[in-house]
Amino acid sequence: MKSAGLDIKYVAHLARIELTPEEESLLGLQLADILAYVEKLKEAEIRGVEPTAHPFPMVNVTRPDEVARSLTSEEALANAPAQANGLFRVPKIVE
Amino acid sequence: MLNRLTISQLTAKLATGEASSAEATRACLDRIAQVDSRIRAFLSIDESNACREAVHADELLRAGQTHADFPLLGVPLTVKDVIAVAGQSLTCGSKMLENYRSPYDATVIEKLRDAGAVILGRANMDEFAMGSSTENSAFGPSFNPWDVSRTPGGSSGGSAAAVAADCCAAALGSDTGGSIRQPASFVGCVGFKPSYGRVSRRGLVAFASSLDQIGPLTKDVRDAALLMNAICGWDPRDSTSIQMPIPDFGAALSGDVKGVRLGIPKEYAIGGLDPEVDAAVKRALKHLEQLGAHIIEISLPHTEFAIAAYYIIANAEASANLARFDGMRYGLRIDGSDPAEMYCKTRGAGFGAEVKRRIILGTYVLSSGYYDAYYLRAQKVRTLIRQDFLKAFEEVDAIVTPTSPGPAFKIGEKTSDPLQMYLSDIFTISCNLAGICGVSVPCGFTADPKLPIGLQLLGKSLGEETLLRVAHAYEQTTLWHRERPNL
Repeated sequence: MKSAGLDIKYVAHLARIELTPEEESLLGLQLADILAYVEKLKEAEIRGVEPTAHPFPMVNVTRPDEVARSLTSEEALANAPAQANGLFRVPKIVE
Repeated sequence: MLNRLTISQLTAKLATGEASSAEATRACLDRIAQVDSRIRAFLSIDESNACREAVHADELLRAGQTHADFPLLGVPLTVKDVIAVAGQSLTCGSKMLENYRSPYDATVIEKLRDAGAVILGRANMDEFAMGSSTENSAFGPSFNPWDVSRTPGGSSGGSAAAVAADCCAAALGSDTGGSIRQPASFVGCVGFKPSYGRVSRRGLVAFASSLDQIGPLTKDVRDAALLMNAICGWDPRDSTSIQMPIPDFGAALSGDVKGVRLGIPKEYAIGGLDPEVDAAVKRALKHLEQLGAHIIEISLPHTEFAIAAYYIIANAEASANLARFDGMRYGLRIDGSDPAEMYCKTRGAGFGAEVKRRIILGTYVLSSGYYDAYYLRAQKVRTLIRQDFLKAFEEVDAIVTPTSPGPAFKIGEKTSDPLQMYLSDIFTISCNLAGICGVSVPCGFTADPKLPIGLQLLGKSLGEETLLRVAHAYEQTTLWHRERPNL
């Protein structure tokens, strides 16, 4: 479904989310509504305005590169859906 | 009735030995057993752990430790299920994380433990904190203790309901666009959103990283100050936390608001404002004026763009943050023939409708060809909104608004129309875009049905003390915060 420029099938694929046909049509309509509402932003005068990515301006936050305790591999793997030999098991990527 | 006490009332009794933490914790657990089937505030309760922590607190108290060194020693608290507690679940209200257990404590949890707190259980919430009613929880909604046919607000609705129903002394929530303040107003408790960067986000599951902030939901303003003392502070493990001294927030509660300048934004006089909410806020302003505050009309000219800018920025950040839920390393996995199919199936099955809607919108506004038109434009509008507040705070010390345009709405009332749900956040979201602080305090009730109304105070970045002082002075000369629901 195409609405206000948003091709729901295409964008859902970009987001790696599988949708049922019912979800596609409902989300498509709702997102069209929301996008129509945010058109409002076009009325704002933004010439010469710098964007704000972050409300408290800070740049280049660094810390000393020191070894500290982090998760053990057992802890890191404890929530893994599948694991073997101390590694995450995932589907084959390269044929 | 130890579960009914505020933190300061409870610690006074614990200090004299008049009550024990084990008794207080038991009272909370009994209360949960009695009412939670009706309000569904909790996703999980770790009873044996809570009792063990309470017994340990009692041992420390008997050994002579005091609340001067451990300000929350023996105090039972509830934690929103989006903040990591080692060994406990961290569902974020999502099927995606139904079986996840945190391998570590969030920084705020380390701080609560250092202060001696007892952690009772985990509060329900909208999935990944996306929502204004808890109806987006994959495990079913929470219900408002004042009227169980209504929502307690969201996304920290479980935390708010638990506090209002006296299931705990206080709770932690998180606020990305009003998710602490709006539920506080719906259930009649105090909800405080600290300035961006005051509280470490390490261990808070990220929704929108430039907007999220952890904060307290409490029975009175003094308790909010106490919890702020415990959780604020620079954390080298969160590069967005601010390296600034933390004042003693309790010392700000002088009761004196003489000469404090309070701003009323003329753009907040919107259509759709509930007349009883409007009247309650006007009465509160009169009251603050009688206490010696000056009321000044101000302008926040870009208010009308706030919701649109917010839903672009928050969802853009969410689409990036939630990319981590891919079925690879933790959480739900639905197998597929290749990784791409696995991602799509896992995310299609694991996320609820609102989360999908937001990730897809966020993906769209960041996608090639649309970035400038939506995301960059929204970031520029964010600058304008921030500048509105900077300018306003040259004239006033705090800004006063309703927390929400109406009292708690009915379960199901707004679920079919997401845009209508978003529009109800009008008074709370600018605060997150600007990175400033805000608090909701009870300021009255609607007549029939009797539902709480919240007064919101907004303060400049790192201006928490002024907000606490005004909120406390108002609270100490009114009785709204003493009212309890008949559950």
